[in-house]
Amino acid sequence: MIMADLKTEFLGISSPNPFWLASAPPTDKAYNVNRAFEAGWGGAIWKTLGEDPHIVNVSGPRYSTLFSNDRRVIGFNNIELITDRPLQTNLDELRQIKKDWPDRALVASIMLPMDEASWAKYVPMIEDTGVDGFELNFGCPHGMSERGMGAAVGQVPEYIQMATEWAKQAASVPVIVKLTPNIADILPPAKAAQDGGADAVSLINTINSIMRVDYDSLTMYPTTDGMGTHGGYCGEAVKPIALNMVAEIARSDATRALPISGIGGITNWRDAVDFFALGARNVQVCTAAMVYGFKIIDDLVDGLSTFLDQKQMTLDQLVGKAVPSVTDWQHLNLNYIEKAVIDQDLCIKCGRCHIACEDTAHQAITNMVDGERRFEVIDEECVGCNLCVSVCPVDGCISMQQLTTGTDPRTGEPITDEKLQWTGHPNNPMRKTG
Amino acid sequence: MATQKPSPDIRSSRLGKSEIDRNFSDLHPPLSRPEALIEADRCYFCYDAPCITACPTGIDIPGFIQKIRSDNIQGSAHTILSENIMGGMCARVCPTEVLCEEACVRNLHEDKPVEIGLLQRYATDPIFEQNNQLFERAASTGKKVAVVGGGPAGLSCAHRLAVLGHDVVVFNRDSKPGGLNEYGIAAYKTINDFAQTEVDYILSIGGIELRNNSPLASAAELSDLCEEYDAVFLGVGLALSNSLGIEGEDMTGVLNAIEYIADLRQAEDKSKLPVGRNVVVIGGGMTAIDVAVQSKRLGAEQVHLVYRRGPEQMSASVFEQTLARTSGVAIHHWASPERIIGGDHVTGVEFRVESSDDRLHLEADIVFKAIGQNMNGDGLISIALESGRFVVDENQKTSMDKVWAGGDCVVGGDDLTVSAVQHGKIAAIDIDRHLRKA
Repeated sequence: MIMADLKTEFLGISSPNPFWLASAPPTDKAYNVNRAFEAGWGGAIWKTLGEDPHIVNVSGPRYSTLFSNDRRVIGFNNIELITDRPLQTNLDELRQIKKDWPDRALVASIMLPMDEASWAKYVPMIEDTGVDGFELNFGCPHGMSERGMGAAVGQVPEYIQMATEWAKQAASVPVIVKLTPNIADILPPAKAAQDGGADAVSLINTINSIMRVDYDSLTMYPTTDGMGTHGGYCGEAVKPIALNMVAEIARSDATRALPISGIGGITNWRDAVDFFALGARNVQVCTAAMVYGFKIIDDLVDGLSTFLDQKQMTLDQLVGKAVPSVTDWQHLNLNYIEKAVIDQDLCIKCGRCHIACEDTAHQAITNMVDGERRFEVIDEECVGCNLCVSVCPVDGCISMQQLTTGTDPRTGEPITDEKLQWTGHPNNPMRKTG
Repeated sequence: MATQKPSPDIRSSRLGKSEIDRNFSDLHPPLSRPEALIEADRCYFCYDAPCITACPTGIDIPGFIQKIRSDNIQGSAHTILSENIMGGMCARVCPTEVLCEEACVRNLHEDKPVEIGLLQRYATDPIFEQNNQLFERAASTGKKVAVVGGGPAGLSCAHRLAVLGHDVVVFNRDSKPGGLNEYGIAAYKTINDFAQTEVDYILSIGGIELRNNSPLASAAELSDLCEEYDAVFLGVGLALSNSLGIEGEDMTGVLNAIEYIADLRQAEDKSKLPVGRNVVVIGGGMTAIDVAVQSKRLGAEQVHLVYRRGPEQMSASVFEQTLARTSGVAIHHWASPERIIGGDHVTGVEFRVESSDDRLHLEADIVFKAIGQNMNGDGLISIALESGRFVVDENQKTSMDKVWAGGDCVVGGDDLTVSAVQHGKIAAIDIDRHLRKA
């Protein structure tokens, strides 16, 4: 069996596969990174370095979790700050790791105050360890942002550009800017990074969050000595948010040339395919490793290779493949019509499609036909919304099928091949004519 | 043969006490919290769920399972017990494989239903353990109802009447309440005296006076009850065992299964129970299975269960039949007993094999008759009967003024605790309706 080669060049940094560990607790020190590289990870972004003296972390709960009912982790919340070890210790270990693992990507994440002198001082010192590049942490939404760093920078495009420029001036290796999702629109921060000379952006960092309250004490959960603070949310639950931001950068005229390192809830190879197809050229993983350990790299590599083999594609060909299919709502074809179709042989008669449609959508699915429990789509009511597909527990039981001829039984309008966008729709007072 | 086999070979302590204890431990151990949460997660929360329709008491099964998922155990138990006050016992003894779990839509794509019975037990066990009273009595109506029978039908009726604000006197034939929950049902299905725990919980609602050792003996007594009380509910069960009507039936060693099961349930030390070396059980229902399996688990060497028709016709479910087989019971179909063989004591049974001239001869130290029960309805002849059982309408009302009935003693009674509970509940609601109109 010959598997697709996953060897990757990202900003000229080569790695045996495109799966890097994100800057986070798994890359806190040499011991962890050694284990990760032994397990087969393609690269690692070291836990964010800061000024000396190093910061301190709380010695209480740093994580909390959104669980499924069987306690599968859906999302993580964390309040851990950047490295709490002396800078020199980190530098020594970086140097040793790069020496021991020359074929792996090793990137230093850094977070520094908004003054040029700090960047001029620390960047060369860190680069001297032999790291392949820098990632500027403009993303962490907790703790450090209160001190004017992390997300406090990432939320102001002018600061992003300024700090990126300082970093670029001091560094000779590539500089990646890590973006925060705690903004209204991802494009201005991405553009600012580009304007500052960033070689790439990576996204997303974590999302401001409070996990829950404690149902006994009715305080927020968890707390440090009775008080808590918001943290950064990550894991599977954030993937859709990350994918949208990646796609926005990848399809925007202003930023489409900017290489992207995709981050956010990647747990298995399919998640990685999502990021690649929407424009990421490599991906970073943290939460899944923190939940399952480094061994998940096996499925990531093996699954992606097998997928590419089946598609007869290279990884380069996959990158951005789905980007042309992402557009604005106003460009969707309003003449296109789908109806749900329920495969009666697969239907287990749970009725979830019916009650979802009946209570919350368009009353377009029966529950009784001729006195029998039977769930059928009423084409006269179905708007093709996909809710039934979303709630059906049986894979493949309900599918959406396009109407290509005749009339739409719901509207009585003839089906046409002619495309109609909102921009030209008669109901749109701002429509473009001619 | 080297040694003469003692005849009959009936003795106690065929197995050591520890082995017997193990054989009579919980048939379905309760779910732990992690197990329950995972199992609850399998419920699809169906619309108009088929499991609800399949439950004779109409418990909102997806509703109670959803509450388990959110750790709302008390709410879950309330959902269950408000439709079926014996939801604890039913969680243990219901043939769920032919009721709610058979209807589960998961059968259609993975052939493995949600374990509804075990989840129901998970939700209700803490309520009984903590004696957590979930119900409140309505304001007193000043009405008095006599409930005859302390089994599932009677207690269900009494509880609902008490909740609705009526005062109830339960006339119970036996020295303990519970009916077949206490005296029937295989011991490994209801360990740790659960039947009495449940009865105590039911009675703790208040307004129910229990009178044990108070059988209803005559039509005159029934008339007296109708005089003295505003309404009467009959849940008297089927007290008499059916006869085989064949030669030798009167020999010693030919026993009614139901009586042996009662003795077994009441035994302090099961190793002291006399057990035959060779046991033959005649019948095809739950009682037949229960006595066969329990005999085997008490140490009988050979247990044969013989039924006159095929496996599909057995009223014991497939699960029960499998339980019997895996417990070491040999099941024979299509064979009808022709005569009991023996002198003073039974030594065997001869069966006629269906559609042939063959005879099946089985040695037996004990023969159990488990071919159903009937009601001694003679004394209550003033009520319309059909096939020896009371005729009732859809509200469990009999032909007699002020008298309702339910459980096994009515036409349509099906030997299930859950059905009896439903009868009692429906009757109570109808009685309440009548009493409020009066």
